[in-house]
Amino acid sequence: MALRVEKRFDVPRWMDWGLPLISFALALAVGALLLGLLGVSPLKAYGEMIRGSLGDGYGISETIVKAIPIALCGLAVALAFTMVVWNIGAEGQLVAGALAATAAVRFFPLESPFLMIPLMVLVAAAAGGLWAAFAGWLKARWSVNEIITTLMMNYIAILGLEYFVYGPWRDPMSLGFPLTPTFHDAARLPQLFGTRVHYGLFLALLVAFLLRTALRWSRWGYEIRVIGQNPRAAAYAGMATSHHIVLTLFLSGAIAGLAGMGEVAGLQGRLQPGFSVGYGFTAIIVAWLARLNPFAILVVSFFMGALLVGGDTLQVVMRLPLSSVQVLQGLILFFVLAGEFFRNYKVCLRRREDA
Amino acid sequence: MELIVPILAAAVRSGTPILYATLGGIVTEKSGVMNLGIEGVMLVGALTGFAVTYHSHSPWLGLAAAFVVGAALCAIHALLCITLGVNQVVSGLALTMFGTGVSSLVGRGLVGETIEGLRAFPVPGLSRIPLLGPVLFRQDAMVYLSFALVFLIWFFLLHTRPGLKLRAVGESPLAAAAAGISVPAVRWSATLFGGGLAALGGAYLSVVNSHMWVEQMTSGRGWIAVALIIFGIWHPLRSALGAYLFGGVGALQLRIQAGGTSIPAPLLLMLPYVLTIVVLTAISVRKGKGILLGAPAALGQPFHREERE
Repeated sequence: MALRVEKRFDVPRWMDWGLPLISFALALAVGALLLGLLGVSPLKAYGEMIRGSLGDGYGISETIVKAIPIALCGLAVALAFTMVVWNIGAEGQLVAGALAATAAVRFFPLESPFLMIPLMVLVAAAAGGLWAAFAGWLKARWSVNEIITTLMMNYIAILGLEYFVYGPWRDPMSLGFPLTPTFHDAARLPQLFGTRVHYGLFLALLVAFLLRTALRWSRWGYEIRVIGQNPRAAAYAGMATSHHIVLTLFLSGAIAGLAGMGEVAGLQGRLQPGFSVGYGFTAIIVAWLARLNPFAILVVSFFMGALLVGGDTLQVVMRLPLSSVQVLQGLILFFVLAGEFFRNYKVCLRRREDA
Repeated sequence: MELIVPILAAAVRSGTPILYATLGGIVTEKSGVMNLGIEGVMLVGALTGFAVTYHSHSPWLGLAAAFVVGAALCAIHALLCITLGVNQVVSGLALTMFGTGVSSLVGRGLVGETIEGLRAFPVPGLSRIPLLGPVLFRQDAMVYLSFALVFLIWFFLLHTRPGLKLRAVGESPLAAAAAGISVPAVRWSATLFGGGLAALGGAYLSVVNSHMWVEQMTSGRGWIAVALIIFGIWHPLRSALGAYLFGGVGALQLRIQAGGTSIPAPLLLMLPYVLTIVVLTAISVRKGKGILLGAPAALGQPFHREERE
């Protein structure tokens, strides 16, 4: 008897949704083991997480609140990953978007929300886009590794945020807390049904729809898919790879920038440090779980949102740090990756015929 | 002179953790495996080193434990990337998330504690050389070990048969396999060893430099190490220079802050990250696409045999 590994030629359909589910379950199982080792009852912990995130209407609405930036950032990185450009900088692009939106409120406070909100959308997208396109330009021009530049620009953006909220943009009435003044009413995204779910939700749905359509049906979408799957073929076909790298990273960063705008204008109503709990990194898991499919990203974001809200509950009820969620996220990604092997290969137990 | 010597000495001290991680990364990448988990592995190493030293009162035991745990952690990466052949970029990112999370979760009880760390140990004789003595030879034993490692790894990679095999696996795994080298075995060893060194770099931060454990205390040093591998064009000696350059910037930054300055702290803290981009761009501009000449040709590519048993 021997284990044989064979390449799969067609992937069974159930694997599309089955593998992510199995990965999720296995990650929770290993997470339970870890929690047990730390002397925490995993059943109680997971119970609290589910109760807090999906147990009632409030929990579900909070899950959607968290899912909005995750979905936008997930769409952002999925777009870059489609081209096999590693944008690890969604977190920084989100911060850049939030900074730009805040700057718009500070320097061009318009009275009408019909002017103010489009202005914020525009500057946030431009700021996030430029933040990412800079890394794209370095890559296109001199093949500077984009993994490192986008990552370094996360640190720079977050420190920039700290500079502004501790320095020139701090609210003089905040008693020393690092906060900007609250935005005026015209600069607040409306919220739905008395929950904290804001219009950023529609932004995420719209972007997912546009992205799906463009990637599938437009020449641009076709070209970036070819560049991703076979850069040499793309070059022979005369596709302008450098041009695509800069443009695609700009769009990717712009989408992440929108997420930042949603957080400050829809949720916080002001800018403060730590407003993003690593949405840009969670986005990487989401994009991979969803196999870069924009609609699947929306669904997966909901579950990741639930995980984060559950993490908040853990923090309050069981005094576990938010890092426990990060551990689960890492585990999920490990199992999703391992699942990919089983997607590509068949493992079967077989008697050795030629022995 | 009196001003420059302490800064240079501090540059060596704060460059050492990055140097360990960079050296480990070079060995791993030379075998064709990219490890973007270095940041997470460093954090786990920092916590392990601190925790073991805290309980055993032996910094050496702490450092050794960090190496072992770091290597064990990278077994996950090796299993996924080498044995299962999945995407190395994503697996490395997962490792960083996991390592960051696990170290904060497990280490939360140790925040605020202190340990008796490793003490400086001036080398008799050598430490009296003017300039070089105080900069290089009035440090701790881990710094001396890193000097030795730079040369040992350089010698191993470029002048020994096993080193040649390792590079062959990274350049052309198919040819290496045809020559009878076990590609997975070489890559596994290189990944585990590299992980051990990265963890040692992390442990240097907690056990030698600060004698404390702080969540996310590596603050991006693992990523700077990844950049320095490229900056050094996968060469140990060049990368060591890079590590000390960054150490110098760190030391200078502390000195400016301590001296009282009107520059806001966040802007000062941006310095190493901005410098990373500048340095990486500079080397890419100078070498053009030729930078890829130093890179192992099969870096990041999984090695599949068509049929496995």
